[in-house]
Amino acid sequence: MTNVIEFTNVKKIFPSQNDGGNFVAVDDLTFNVAKGEIVAVLGKTGCGKSTMFNLLSGLIAPTSGTVRTSGHDPFTDFEYFRGRIGIVFQNDRLMPWRTALDNVLLGLEILDRPRQESVDIAKRWLARLGLSAHENDYPHALSGGMRQRVSLARAFAVEPEILLCDEPFSALDEMTARDLRQEFVRITRQNHNTALFITHSINEALEIGDRIVVFHRPAKIALEARLTRDTSEQEKAVLRDKIIEVLAGEKRMA
Amino acid sequence: MMSFGISKRAIQATASLLGLAVVWQIASLFFPPFLFPPVTAIAKYVWEILSSWTLFVDVLMTSGRIFAGLMGAFVLGGVLALLLYASRTLENYISPVLTFLQGIPALSWVVIAIIWFHGVEFRIFFIMLMTTLPAFTFQILGAIRAMSKDLYEMVLSFRPRRMQMFRMLFLPTLIPDIITAWRVNLGNAARVVVVAELVGATGGVGYQLLRQQQLFDMAGAIAWTLQLVLFVLVMQQILTFLENHFLRYRAVSERA
Ligand SMILES: Nc1ncnc2c1ncn2[C@@H]1O[C@H](COP(=O)(O)OP(=O)(O)O)[C@@H](O)[C@H]1O
Ligand SMILES: [Mg+2]
Repeated sequence: MTNVIEFTNVKKIFPSQNDGGNFVAVDDLTFNVAKGEIVAVLGKTGCGKSTMFNLLSGLIAPTSGTVRTSGHDPFTDFEYFRGRIGIVFQNDRLMPWRTALDNVLLGLEILDRPRQESVDIAKRWLARLGLSAHENDYPHALSGGMRQRVSLARAFAVEPEILLCDEPFSALDEMTARDLRQEFVRITRQNHNTALFITHSINEALEIGDRIVVFHRPAKIALEARLTRDTSEQEKAVLRDKIIEVLAGEKRMA
Repeated sequence: MMSFGISKRAIQATASLLGLAVVWQIASLFFPPFLFPPVTAIAKYVWEILSSWTLFVDVLMTSGRIFAGLMGAFVLGGVLALLLYASRTLENYISPVLTFLQGIPALSWVVIAIIWFHGVEFRIFFIMLMTTLPAFTFQILGAIRAMSKDLYEMVLSFRPRRMQMFRMLFLPTLIPDIITAWRVNLGNAARVVVVAELVGATGGVGYQLLRQQQLFDMAGAIAWTLQLVLFVLVMQQILTFLENHFLRYRAVSERA
C-alpha cells in the first residue's frame, strides 16, 4: 500500500516569546498514513496536534526531518498542492459574505473549474450533507452544525487527496456531533478519501479511526492501535482503558 | 422599529437646520444684508447655481477635483498599505514619514504646490493627494491587519494565486473599511479643496468663494458654501448605498 502521508523524524521547535529559549512542539515524530486510511489522532491540548497539521498543510516548515504528502514537500511545493488538501477546522471558517453555495464553491473557484460544473458539484455536496434547502443562506442564518456541514462540503468538493480535520466537531453539541461524525465516516469511506482526524475525545477516535494514534507532549507517538470492522466492543473497552492510562501518565509528567 | 428610529432622527435633523435658518432670518432683520442677507436671498442664489449650467459647472469642477484627489489617494494608499503590510521593515521607515506628512496643514501644501508646480489642476491634485494619502494608507493598513487570520489560513490551504487571494479574501473583507475611509476622507477633502482652489483656479467653488469675498456678497458666499455641503451629503448617500449593497448579508441577519 502506498503512503499518502509520511513523517520521518520530524521535529518542530518554536522560539518561545518570553524567555528567548526554545519550545519543542513536535519531537522526533515518525509515522505514515496509507491511501484510503482514516487515522484518528488523540492527544492533550498543546501536545502539538495542530502544529503537525500546519506542517502537513505547508503553513510551516519542520525544524528537522521530512514531511511528505503524496511524495511532495508541502512547504516548498506550494503549487503541487493546489486543491489537493481539504481542511476542516474546529471553527467553520466560512466567509460571512458568501452564501452556503458560494462558500462551497471557494476551492473550485481557486482551481479555475468551469463555473457551471462547479455549481453542480457544490450543489451535489450540499445535498449530500442535507443542506439543499439552504444553498442561498448566509452563514449567520445557519446553525453551528449546519455551518460545519458547509465547511465539510467545501473540503470534500475539491476531491482532495488528503482530508485534514482539526477537531471539527468539538464545538458542537453531542447529538449534532454524533450525526456529523457518522456522515463524515460514511462519505469518507464512499469516496476512498485519506483522512487524518484530530480529536481529544477517545470515543470519537474509536468511532472514526481505522487506526488510532495517541500523542505524547511534545508530539511523538505514545500509542498506536489498529481497528477493524471485527474489533469487538470488549476489545475497544480494553483499548480505551489503555489510552486513558497513557493520557493520564502524560498528566503526571506535565 | 429601525426605520422609525431613522425617520425620527431625520425629523430632528431637519428641525435643527430649520432652527438655524430661523435664527439667521431673525438676524437679517436687525443687520444690513451684506452681513446677514435674508434666507430667501440665499435660497434664490442656491437655485440660480443649480439651474444655470455656467454656474453649476463650477460645482462639478470642484466635485471632480475632490473625487480625483480621493481616488488618487485611495489607489496609492491601498498599494502603499499592501506594501507596508508585506514588510515590517518598510513600515518602520514609511510610517513615520506618513505621520509627519499628516501634521502638515493644507495651507502649507498650497504654498509648496505653488512653488513646485505650474499647472493649476496638477497643483490641486497634489494638494488633495498629500492631505488625504496618510489617512487612507493608515486606515487600509489597519483594516488589513485586522483581517481574520483564520480565514486567511483557510483560503491559503487551497493554494490560491496572489490575485485570487486578493479578490476572494482581501477585497471583500476590506470593503466595509474602505467605505468608512472614504467617508472620513471625503469631509476632509471637501474642506481642503476650496483652499486648494485658491492657487489660481479659474473655476470651482473655491474660486467662486473668492469672488464673493471681493464682491462682498454674503448671500453668494453662503450659497456656494452650501453647494459643497450638498456635494458631501450626496456622496455620503452614495457611500451609504454602496455600504448597504456590499453588506446586504448583514442586513439579512438583522432582520432574522
Ligand atoms: N507559531 C507558534 N509559535 C510558538 N509556539 C507555538 C506556535 N504554534 C504552536 N505553538 C506551541 O506549540 C504547542 C503545541 O500547539 P498545538 O499544535 O496548537 O497544540 P494542540 O493542537 O495539540 O492543542 C503549544 O504549546 C503552543 O503554544
Ligand atoms: Mg489544536
